[in-house]
Amino acid sequence: MAGVPDQRKNGSRAEGGLATDPNLPPAAVDEARLEAEERKWTPRKIALWAAIALLGGVAWFMLAIVRGETVNAIWFVFASVCTYLIGYRFYSKVIERYITKPDDRRATPAEYKADGKDYVRTDRNVLFGHHFAAIAGAGPLVGPVIAAQMGYLPGTIWIIVGVVFAGAVQDYLVMFFSMRRGGRSLGQMAREELGVIGGTAALIATLLIMVIIVAILALVVVNALGESPWGVFSVGMTIPIALFMGVYLRFLRPGKVMEVSIIGFVLLMAAIIGGGLVAQTGWGAAVFHLDKVTIAWGLIIYGFIAAILPVWLLLAPRDYLSTFMKIGVIVMLALAIVVVRPEVNVPAFSEFASRENGPVFSGALFPFLFVTIACGALSGFHALISSGTTPKLVEKERQTRYIGYGGMLMESFVAIMALVAAISIDRGLYFAMNAPAALTGGTVETAATWVNSLGLSGVNITPGLLSETAANVGEQSIVSRTGGAPTLAVGLAHIMHQFIGGTAMMGFWYHFAIMFEALFILTAVDAGTRVARFMLQDSIGNFVPKFKEASWRPGAWLCTAVMVAAWGAVLLMGVTDPLGGINTLFPLFGIANQLLAAIALAVCLAIVAKRGTFKYLWIVALPLAFAAVVTITASYQKIFSPVPAVGYFANNAAFSKALADGKKEFGTAKTVAAMEAVVRNTTIQGWLSVIFVVLSIIVIATAVLATVRAFRNRAAGIARTDNEDPFVPSRVFAPAGLVPTAAERELAAEWDKLPADARLERTGH
Amino acid sequence: MGSGLAVVANGFRGFARYLGGVMGADAYAKYLEHHKAAGHAGPPLGEREFWRDRTDRQDSNPQGRCC
Repeated sequence: MAGVPDQRKNGSRAEGGLATDPNLPPAAVDEARLEAEERKWTPRKIALWAAIALLGGVAWFMLAIVRGETVNAIWFVFASVCTYLIGYRFYSKVIERYITKPDDRRATPAEYKADGKDYVRTDRNVLFGHHFAAIAGAGPLVGPVIAAQMGYLPGTIWIIVGVVFAGAVQDYLVMFFSMRRGGRSLGQMAREELGVIGGTAALIATLLIMVIIVAILALVVVNALGESPWGVFSVGMTIPIALFMGVYLRFLRPGKVMEVSIIGFVLLMAAIIGGGLVAQTGWGAAVFHLDKVTIAWGLIIYGFIAAILPVWLLLAPRDYLSTFMKIGVIVMLALAIVVVRPEVNVPAFSEFASRENGPVFSGALFPFLFVTIACGALSGFHALISSGTTPKLVEKERQTRYIGYGGMLMESFVAIMALVAAISIDRGLYFAMNAPAALTGGTVETAATWVNSLGLSGVNITPGLLSETAANVGEQSIVSRTGGAPTLAVGLAHIMHQFIGGTAMMGFWYHFAIMFEALFILTAVDAGTRVARFMLQDSIGNFVPKFKEASWRPGAWLCTAVMVAAWGAVLLMGVTDPLGGINTLFPLFGIANQLLAAIALAVCLAIVAKRGTFKYLWIVALPLAFAAVVTITASYQKIFSPVPAVGYFANNAAFSKALADGKKEFGTAKTVAAMEAVVRNTTIQGWLSVIFVVLSIIVIATAVLATVRAFRNRAAGIARTDNEDPFVPSRVFAPAGLVPTAAERELAAEWDKLPADARLERTGH
Repeated sequence: MGSGLAVVANGFRGFARYLGGVMGADAYAKYLEHHKAAGHAGPPLGEREFWRDRTDRQDSNPQGRCC
C-alpha cells in the first residue's frame, strides 16, 4: 500500500527552498519530484492497478450478482482487499491533496514537543500497528455477526464502502487535525471550533456514549460466560495472570515487556486448557456455573476495583496481553480463512432483510443495519484514539494517511473476517444461537422447532446438531447465546478445526475465541471507566475545584462509583430484560457510537471550512450527512415507532397498559416483576435516546453554523484564523508509506550520511 | 544452509523487534535516546524509575481503548 501522496500547497512557504536548516538535507521530498512520481504511469503500474480493479470487480460480481447455492469465502477477501487498495491509493490521496495538505517541512508534535515519554517520534510501521491495536477490539468482531441476520450482502457492502467513504475518512481527518494542534483531544477541539455550547454538548454526549458502549460490551461478555463453567474459569484466570504480570514488571524485571507478555500468553493458554479440565469435574462445574445476573454483578464489582487500582497492577499488564492476542488472533483468522476457504451458505439477502421484527436485532434494514455494524465501517470511538494518543507519536505529517486511513481499513478487514466466520456456520444454528430465549424456549428441542418454523430457505435443523455442536465446543448448551461473541467463536472453531486439530480441538478454539473477546472487552471496560471518571471529575471540577485534583482519593472513588453505577445499571437492565438484552440494546450501542462519529465529523467539517476549503467540503459532509441521517432516523424510530419491538415508548405503553389491566404476564415477561422491569427499562432507554439525539443535533448544528460563518467571512474578505500550533521547521525525514518511493529512498540515504551529532533534537522543555 | 538459517533468524528477530515496538517495549531505549540527543544536563531516569513513572503517569492520564 505504498505510494506518494500528492501535495498541492499554497506555496507561501515554499520560497527559499525546502531545507529548513542550511546544514541539513531537506526535511521533505521536493514537491515537483513528488508530483512527477505521482503523475508517471508506467505500463507496470497501469497493469497492476488494472489487475487489482479487475479482481475486485470479479469478486464483487461473485458476491452480489451470481446466485449459486453457496459462495466461497475467498471472494469476500478479494472484494474487500481490492476495494481497500483502490480506496487507499485514490480516494485517500484526494483527501490528502485537497483537504489535509500535509507539509513534511513542518515538525510534528513528536518532534517539537519531544519529551521522550508522551511525545516520541515513532517508526511509521510500528505506529501503524500501535494505532491499529488501540482502535481494534471486540466491536468489529460482534457487530457484523449480529447484522448477518439480514444476509451477507448488506453488511458486506456497508463495511467495505462505509470504511472507504466514512470510517477511514473520519479517523484520518481527526488524527491529522489533532496532530496539527499538538495532539489535542476531540473534546478540546470541539470547544475550540464550536464554542461553549457545541463543546459542552459534545462533552456530555461523549460521556453518556461511553457509558452505553461500556455497558453493552460488558453485556456481550456476560452473555458469553453465562452458564459456561469453562469460560468463567479461563476468563476469570486472566485476573491473577495480569496481577502476576503487573508485579513482575514493577518489582522483578522492570521494562521486560516482551518477556512478560510471552509468559502471560503461555499462562493464558494454560488457563484455556485448564478450564476444559476443570469444567469436566463435578466441583468445577458446580463452582464456575454462574447465571448471568451473578456474572453481571461480578463484572460491576470487578469494574469498580479495576478502575481504582493503580494502572501498573492490572490495566497495563492486561493491555500488553490484549495487544499480543489481538495481533495473533487477526493473523490467525486471516490465515485460516485463506487456507480453509469455507463455503458460505447464507443468502445475500435473508428473509429478514425486508422485515423489522428480526429475532437477532429488531428494526428495518435502513437504518438499523447501519448502526448494528458500527465498528468496522464507521466508529466514533476511534475519534477518541485518533485524537490525543497517536498524533503525539507521528514522525512526519504525510504519514497520517497511512496510519489513520490505512489503520481503519485494516480494522474493516477484521470486520469482514468476523462476518465470514459467522456466516460459515449452519444458518439454523446461527438463529438458534442468536435469538433470545423467550423465542427459542432455551432447550434444543424447542429451539430446533422454532428455527424450522421460521420458514427460512434451506434450513432444517435437528436438536441433535445443536447438542452435538455444544458438546464439541465444550458447552452445556449453545441455544440463545446472544451477543455475537459465541457465534463468532463457533464460526472460528468451525474454520480452525479444519486447519489444526480436528474436532478434538474445537473446544479449545471456541474458548480461545471467547477468551480474546473477553480480554479485549475487559480492557475496554477498564480504560473506558477510567477515561469517563476523569471526564466527570473534570466537569464537576468546574464547580467544585477540588474534584480537578486527580490524586484526591474521595473524588476519584466517588466519580468512579458514579460511572460504574451508570454502566452497571444499563448492564443489569440488559441481563434481566425478558426480550433478551442484545435484541433491544445493541442498536443503542451502534447509535451511540455513530452519534460520536457524527460529532467528530462535525468538528472536522468546521475545521475544513475554517481552512477555506469549500470546494471539497463534500468529502466531510457526505459521511457526516449519512451518519446524521442514519442515527437520527434510528433514534427517531426508537423513540416514536408504534411497533413495540422497535420503539421504546411503544413497548413501555404496551406493558404499562397490561399492568394497568391487571395482567399477570404479558408477551415475553412471565411475572409482574418482569413486566415492571420492562416498563422501567424502556423509560430509561427511551430517555437516553432522546438525550443522545438532542445533544448530537446541537453539536451538528453548531458545526454547520461555524461552517456557514467561515464561508461568509471568506466572502467578506475577513482573514481566517485557525487553532493550529505555529509552524516549526522539521529537522528529520522519514518516508510516508509502507514502502518508500525512489525519491524518498534517496533523501533518506542523504539523512543517513549525516553524523549523528549534526541533527540534535531541540529540547521540548 | 547456514545462511538460510541466518535469514530466518534475522526475520524472526525483526518481527520480534516490530512486535516489541508496537507494544511499547522499547520505550526506555527511546527515552534514553531522547535524553542523550536533547543534551540534558542531569542524569536520565534509571530503568526501574522510568517504568514506574510511566505507569504512574497513566494513572492520572488514562488512555482509552477501543471497542
